[in-house]
Parts: sequence; structure tokens; C-alpha cells
Amino acid sequence: MAKKLLGDPINRVDGALKATGRARYSGDIKRPGMLHGVLVMSTVANGKITAIDTAATLKLPGVVNVMTHLNAPKLAGIDKNKASEIATDRVLQLFQDDLVHYNNQPIAMVLADTLEQATEGASLVRVTYQIQPVKQPLPTGKADLATPKQLPRIDDQVDTKRGDLAAGLGAATQRIEATYTTPTMNHNALEPHALLAFWEGDKLTMYNATQGISGCQKRVAELFGMPKENVRVITQFLGGGFGSKGTTFSHVLLTPMAAKLVGKPVRLVLKREQMFGMVGNRSATEQTLTLATGNDGKLLATAHHSLVQTSDFDDFAEPAGTITRMLYACSNLDTTHKFIRANIGTPTPMRAPGEAPGVFALESAIDEMAAQLKMDPLAFRLANYAEKDPNKDKPFSSKSLRECYRQGAERFGWSKRPAEPRSLKNGHYLRGMGMGTTVYPMNRAESSALVRLKPDGTLQVETGTQDLGTGTFTIMTQIAAEVFGVSPDQVTLSAGDSIYPASSVSGGSRCTSSTGSAVEQAAREVLKKTKQLAFKDSKSPLFNVAEADIVAEKGGRLQQKSNPKIGESITNLLKRNGNNPVEATVQSKQGDEKEKYSMNAFGAVFAEVEVDELLGEVRVTRLLGSFAAGRIVNLKTARSQVLGGMVWAVSMALHEKTAFDMRTNRVMNANLAEYHVPVNADIREIDGFFIEEADDIVNPAGVKGIGEIGVVGTVAAIANAIYHATGHRFRDLPITVDKVLSLASR
Amino acid sequence: MKSFSYAQATKPADAVQLLGAQPQSKFIAGGTNLVDLMKYAVENPDRLVDISHLDLAKIEPANGGLRIGALARNSDVAANALVQKQFPLLAEALLAGASPQLRNMATMGGNLLQRTRCNYFYDVSQPCNKRTPGRDAGDAAFRPTGCGAIGGYNRIHAILGSSESCIATNPSDMNVALAALDAVVQVTGPNGSRSIPILEFHRLPGTTPQRDTVLEDNELITAIDLPTSAVGGKSHYLKVRDRASYAFALVSVAARLVTQNGMIREARIALGGVAHKPWRLPVVEQTMVGKPATEATFRTAAQALLAGAKPHEHNAFKIQLAENAIIRALQTVSS
Repeated sequence: MAKKLLGDPINRVDGALKATGRARYSGDIKRPGMLHGVLVMSTVANGKITAIDTAATLKLPGVVNVMTHLNAPKLAGIDKNKASEIATDRVLQLFQDDLVHYNNQPIAMVLADTLEQATEGASLVRVTYQIQPVKQPLPTGKADLATPKQLPRIDDQVDTKRGDLAAGLGAATQRIEATYTTPTMNHNALEPHALLAFWEGDKLTMYNATQGISGCQKRVAELFGMPKENVRVITQFLGGGFGSKGTTFSHVLLTPMAAKLVGKPVRLVLKREQMFGMVGNRSATEQTLTLATGNDGKLLATAHHSLVQTSDFDDFAEPAGTITRMLYACSNLDTTHKFIRANIGTPTPMRAPGEAPGVFALESAIDEMAAQLKMDPLAFRLANYAEKDPNKDKPFSSKSLRECYRQGAERFGWSKRPAEPRSLKNGHYLRGMGMGTTVYPMNRAESSALVRLKPDGTLQVETGTQDLGTGTFTIMTQIAAEVFGVSPDQVTLSAGDSIYPASSVSGGSRCTSSTGSAVEQAAREVLKKTKQLAFKDSKSPLFNVAEADIVAEKGGRLQQKSNPKIGESITNLLKRNGNNPVEATVQSKQGDEKEKYSMNAFGAVFAEVEVDELLGEVRVTRLLGSFAAGRIVNLKTARSQVLGGMVWAVSMALHEKTAFDMRTNRVMNANLAEYHVPVNADIREIDGFFIEEADDIVNPAGVKGIGEIGVVGTVAAIANAIYHATGHRFRDLPITVDKVLSLASR
Repeated sequence: MKSFSYAQATKPADAVQLLGAQPQSKFIAGGTNLVDLMKYAVENPDRLVDISHLDLAKIEPANGGLRIGALARNSDVAANALVQKQFPLLAEALLAGASPQLRNMATMGGNLLQRTRCNYFYDVSQPCNKRTPGRDAGDAAFRPTGCGAIGGYNRIHAILGSSESCIATNPSDMNVALAALDAVVQVTGPNGSRSIPILEFHRLPGTTPQRDTVLEDNELITAIDLPTSAVGGKSHYLKVRDRASYAFALVSVAARLVTQNGMIREARIALGGVAHKPWRLPVVEQTMVGKPATEATFRTAAQALLAGAKPHEHNAFKIQLAENAIIRALQTVSS
């Protein structure tokens, strides 16, 4: 069957389970004899533990043990506890020494019969430290800038130079230079990090809230120094992760270590405040952009210098400058990345790592440049449209950005935007419109899947993928179903468990491109085998019909392409052939297309805001995104993804900030009352839609990622709309009441 | 959370007696604040005395005004026809607070006693004179005293009436409206009952920031009286916050104004988010009487209300914000 470019918006396969509370998340799983673990966290940011007094804790009824660096099992693979080329392999705090590297670091785990006992026990542990001075994070800690060895995606260069920046600047007649700053942020998925771990002999089973079952299995096995086969990881449901569950963080090792120590199953659920440090964060950034053009508005020079932060024990550099290298045509370009070390938990990918803060800076600067040139911001972008990837110097596998601009602008009513800022009013509010280009690279990793065609004509798909909550389980059934022309309810999916074929991480918007491609290829392979069966079956109407001339059509029928009347149902074919299932397992990976093409999803986001200058309040009244991301498997779950991303951008633009006490590097708003994300009342009109885009190069599934693209350009679209409303540039996120007020009262 | 025992009271006198019978006892009603504080180990009672079954939830006319039982739920009070008709300011302020789920649980008495949202008060690893007063606490080695917010992260903190011990604010929206409505808090205790005018109910921190109110140990709030308004006119609760809903006020204003021919006859202005208690200065309101209801009058009053404001590193914006918010609220009720 011909593939639909915009797939059916079917409901989620697990929707009813979730809506009725029957879905069992990792923290819901019980095991007989299970103990509850509660972590004790450091209250200083740098130093050494000199004493841990657990006497009062151990006296409490129900408390079984307290695991600390003094009694924690030693890990055979501890030499692997270092940064690798893989962004999700981080240096962990595994109670193997007495060092404290950041405030709110796990330093002990209380184990008790009930959660209440363990919680009270944890509050009674007394720790004494030898305290060292703290290395502060941005924006204050700027001593000792260093150049990172690598960026999280190993093939991204740390620094780049193209053409001759000085010459470009010299030739330009217009120029802007501005510094943009973004704060440290924490992921805060609704579901906290949680797991249950138990040992049966030397075999370990973990029900773990992870975005990467296979990666988790590998990391746990290597740190315990045991074969991968002895570790089973199960993730039936996930309540979000946003990158924070992509890395196997310390608690995922500490829990099985505790289970080993006490000889019982152990469950650990992180408290909300424990999610502000040990499970990653988005680095603060300080980015300086220089743009220069001729009078015609063509970019002649671009420079983007990013300063980010990492922990004092690990290297993770937020890759803020990578998109600037490729988004617009510009022959002279420099980009650099530097970082500082601070006593904080190591940063980690957070939804659109690098792209979100980086494109906020770039797309704000583009808007500033357009304003200086007195050009419409959309016209300025079109004047600098990149017909091929200027960074890789390669053609795009597909790029429908022009169509995104055109359809988005039309639906939004961009033509009604007056050029002058401060032109629109609504009562106490100044109103403004802004836009941003959005983009996300197509990432793809190795992933595998098994597809089995059963004699009754139904399909079984097995793959070790997890569903982040995005609808992965649903769309995997759609991908397989479409190959055979059957309804998705004819497909059963077995997933969420490392006993199934190894699958990629759900991160970097790569789940569908990777695992979806594996399912697509496995299904095609099964179909091919089924056609071959017909070819060889003298009793089949399709006997001796060439494979290429057989197609699967609706209702599970194989028929001759050149003569559709000739054909039969798959069930009949299999019945005559011993009622045996037909199956195939495919390990899917990228070919050489990456060497030949640049592959990216693109989009355009339009925002309207209202600003009450005297009260400092900003409200996003309208958000519209248009996206071209290859084939869309399920329009409903896909739209939810991009809307969710746009809501994230509202959060980043207006709300989110991890607030450190700079004396202690302690996060002082480690709860959802003070760490603000938007509530329903903050989101008014919001919509996102997809442009039809066929891309046969990108991967077998024909998809580009959609998990992150909703965030990327939207942050600047909002900031640019605030500029248009007020005439003031806000270059420091989040744009909160105090900042609006201080600029307005100047 | 520390383990605790639980007792249920059926009459106010029993409640008071039960509370007095064991040290480290606390009343619990809606629990929307206390349970949070217990989870953070800020409050560590040995015993909870459940007062939610007491017959104190009525909303009824009294002395021409209204008497609202201490156990009336915030949501019920906000939806009550008498409240909406006679004291719409209270309904408006209640609906500006928290979320529907919380308002369904939270009681009026509990809201009066809502504790500060100061980041350092909530984090037991940090110094706080309110949570751990004095330097001679038994576990001083582990909970150093002092004020973490002074010199720390103090964006949400007080600009008025603070002390060297404490710069926390009262987080309640309801309390700000009650201050502008001249409410009276009815309490009963071992020594009988008494009435406390709202402006005297909450305290400034001084050197004893551990005491949020003048309520004595073992006293129970039974009702809030709203006297018939001598001041009719219009009222408005203006709340400025970091997001459109479900956030504590950065600054809020409860304003009531009676005007005649463009001249001010009566005014009430109470501020939230700026001090340890709802901030109201009747002297300033008096100076407004007889003046024209213009921006200039409002600005003068606003600046008088904010005279002596003392900002900290992250909250200086509140001074300008409060001034703007007072003017906006007064403009709203004078138009």
C-alpha cells in the first residue's frame, strides 16, 4: 500500500489503561518482601563526609539498614564510571567514596519495611562534612573557562570556522552584537524517577523508569561487571522523561546495590526535591551572537560563542551553537563552545539540548537584525534561506521550510503585523507578534525489532522500546499494520522489556526514526517472505507471480499489482502452508545517507503576546506552529508532541529557572510550587500542523523526529513578540515580571 | 515525615483540651499546608487533633454582617451568595488563591494560619529563625539558626516590616482581603473566648519570627466575622504573579473605595506579598478622604504605603510593582 504522509489519528493503544489508572508505572510495582529505600542527600556542595551517624535511624522500628559509602557493595566495573563518547553515560555517585561534589547529592539510602519508616529514618541521619569552598555556576562562576573535548553528539565539532569572518564583517554595512543568557533548568517529568530492583542469584531484574531500556541494561551490567544477559530491564509505562531518564543516573545503580546489601527487593522513588541535582539539568548558557549583513539583508558574517557549565567531575557541554552553523546561508561563520566547572550535578540532555537555548539566541538575533534593517522578519529569513546545508556542504534529504513559513504565516495572519513595535494595544495590554524558525536534526541509532505474521493474519511485533508517554507503542502498531494493509488493531506489540530485541533510546527525537525503521524493515521482510511463499505455492493464485508484482492491500489480502483481481487472503495462504507463522528480525541502522545528505525537520512558529508593562505580566495569547518532519505516523499523537514542545517553550521563555543560593549552590526552588512551569491558564490559543513531506532518503520509516522541534524556535518567537509589543529586547530568560517591569520603568 | 498519633475532636472545648493534653500537638483541618510542612519536616508534631468534624462550617448573617465558621471551606465561601453579595472582595481573593482542589480542602481558619513560602523556611538544611528560633535549640549542630534568605535567594521576600531575624512574607490571598474588610477573628481557648481584629491578628517578625500570629498556645479559631461595611463602594483584588494561576502573589492589592462626585469618601488598601502580615496603613487611607479619585492621589497614597520599603538583592522590583499595582487597583474601583 502507498504510505500515508499524514497517518491516521488513532487513539493510543494504552489510553484506557492510563485513563482508568490500571497502567502500572515503575514505582507501582510490588514484590514480596520488598523494602523501601529513601535517599539521604548532601546539604553542602563541596567537601568530604567525615561522619555519618545512623544510630537514631537504625533504632526506628522497621528500619533494616542504611547504605553509605562505608558499607555499600563495591562495584566490579567501577573503572567504567567515567564519561564516554555516549552522552547518556555519565559519572555517577555510587557510595564508593566520601566525596561530595554538589549540594543535594545522594550520600546514603535508608532501607525499611515501609516508605514512612524509611522517610522518617532518612530525616534522622546526621552527616558531618569537611567543607570546601564552592565553585559557583553561571552567571557568576566564570573563572577557568575551558574548551570541552567533545559535544554530546560525537560528530558535532566543538568549534567551527567557515570562510573568513573578519572579511565578512568588513564587507558588511549593518551589524548587531548581543549577549543572550538562559538559566539552569530541571526536567521535572510528572512521574518521578522510580525503580524496583531484585536479584535472583546473579540475575538482576529492574522495573525502571528509563527512556532507554537497552542503554540502561548495558550501563548497569558494565558497572556491576556482569554480562548484559544477567540484567533484565522492564519499563511498562513512562510518565515523561524529557532527557532526564535517558541517562542511567546514580539511583539506578544504588537501588540494585541496596537490594544486594539487604538480600531483598528494593523500591526507590525519588522525591521531587531530589530531582534537582542528581538526575541532570539543562546548563545555563551565556551566548554572544554577531550578525552582519549588506544593505540587501544578506548575511555576510555570523559568530556564535557559547559559554555553558558542567559539573566538577564530569564533562557535558550544552551544544548551543550547532544550529547556527546550518540554519541560514552565510559564508563566513565562527562558532565556539566553552564551559566552566561548578559544584552542581552534571547537566544532561533536556528536550532539545543545545538547540533550545541556542536557537533562542540565534532567532532573537535574527529578529534584531531584521529590525535594524527595517525588514520584515520573515522576509529577512527568506532572504537568507539555506538551499543546502552550509555546515556540511551537503544537500538536504528534504526541506519544506518555505512551505512552513508560507502556510504558517497565512494561518496566523502575519501580514497583519505592523512593522513598528508598540503599535498594538488592548486595554492595559500592549500586543505583539513574533516568529521563529524551528529545526531539529534527524537522529537515528541502531535498533531492532521482530515482526511475526501469525496464521490468523494478525501481526506480533516485538521490540525492546519504551514508550515515553508520547505514543510510541501505538505508532509501532501503525507502522507494521500499514506495511500489510491491515488495521492497527490487528497488531499486538510486545515491548517495554529487555527480553525483546534491543532498541534505541527515546531521546534526541530518534525513537521512531530508529525503532520505527526497524519495525518497518522487519514487517517488509515478513511481507517479502510471505510473497515468496505465494510465489512457490502452486495452489496460490499468485503462484509464480514475481515478488515485485505482489502488493498487500486492505484487509490482509495479497494481490497482483498488474491485475488486482488475482490474489488471496494471507490467512488462506498460510493455512495451505502448514499454518506456520512467518517472522523476521531486523537490526536496523543508518547507511551512508548521512555522508551524502543533511537530514532535518523544519518548521516555523508564530506567537502573539500581551504585555501589561506596569504589572510586568506577559501572556501568550496565540501560538501557531507549522512543521515539516517527513512522514507523520499518527496525526493525533504527533500533534500532541509538537503542542507539548510549544508549551515547553512558553515555560522556557517565561517561567522556568532553577534558583541557586550562590553561597551554597543549593537549589532553593526545588519544588513545583516555586519552580514554575505554565499551568492551563497560561496556554490560550495553541495549534500546530504538519506539512506533507515525502522523504525516502531519511530512513526506512520515512520519518524525522517531532519530540523536540516544538520547543526549539518557539522560545524566540515569544521573546520576539514581546519585543514587538513593547519595543524592548529581553535577552535574559525567563522573561519574568521583575524584568519586564524594570525595562518598562526606564 | 515523623510518625504521629491522631485524635479526633467533636466539640471545640474538647479540641482545646486535647491539644493541651500533650505537648507538640497540632490541630488539623484541611491539612493543605500542615501536611506539606510535615512532609518537609518543617512541622514535626507528635499528635494531630482533627478538628474537621467540629460544627464550625456555617456561613450566616450576624450583626448585619456575616459570620463565617472557621471550618468553612475556601471554595464554599467563595461560592456563597451572601459572601458574593456583601463581600465580593473576599470571594475574589479566595478564587485568586491556590487551585480548585486545594480550595475544596482548605478551611478559613487554616488559611489564616497559612505559613510563609520562604524557601529557607521550607528547607530544613538551611538556617531559619522562624523554623528554628534561638541559638540554644537541642539540635543546633544540625540546624543552624539565622536567616538564610538575607544574603541568599530572596525574590519572593518582604520589603516592608521585616527585621534582621526574618524577611518572610505571609502568602495568603484571603488574609489580604480580610484586612481590607476589617474582619474580626473569633478564638476560644483554655481561658475563654476573645475577638481579635484582623490587623492585630498577624504579627511582624521582630525578634520572634517563629510567631506568625498573636494566637496563644491551645487557642482555636472558631469564626471570622465580617462587619457590615461602613464603606460600600467598589472593591477589587488585584494579584500579580509569575503565571496566570496557581502561583503565590509577588504583590497583591485588596482595594475598596467609595467615591462621590469624583471625590474619595472612604478607602481601604491592603497589600499582600510584601510583608510578614497583610500591609495596611489606616493613616494613609485617612489622608485620601476628600481628595479627588485621580492617579495623582493614588500615587501619593501608594508611595506613602510603601514609605520605608527596604529591598533585598532580588526583590527590589516589588517596590515599583506594588506602587503600580495599588494605582491600578484603585483605578479599577474608581472607574
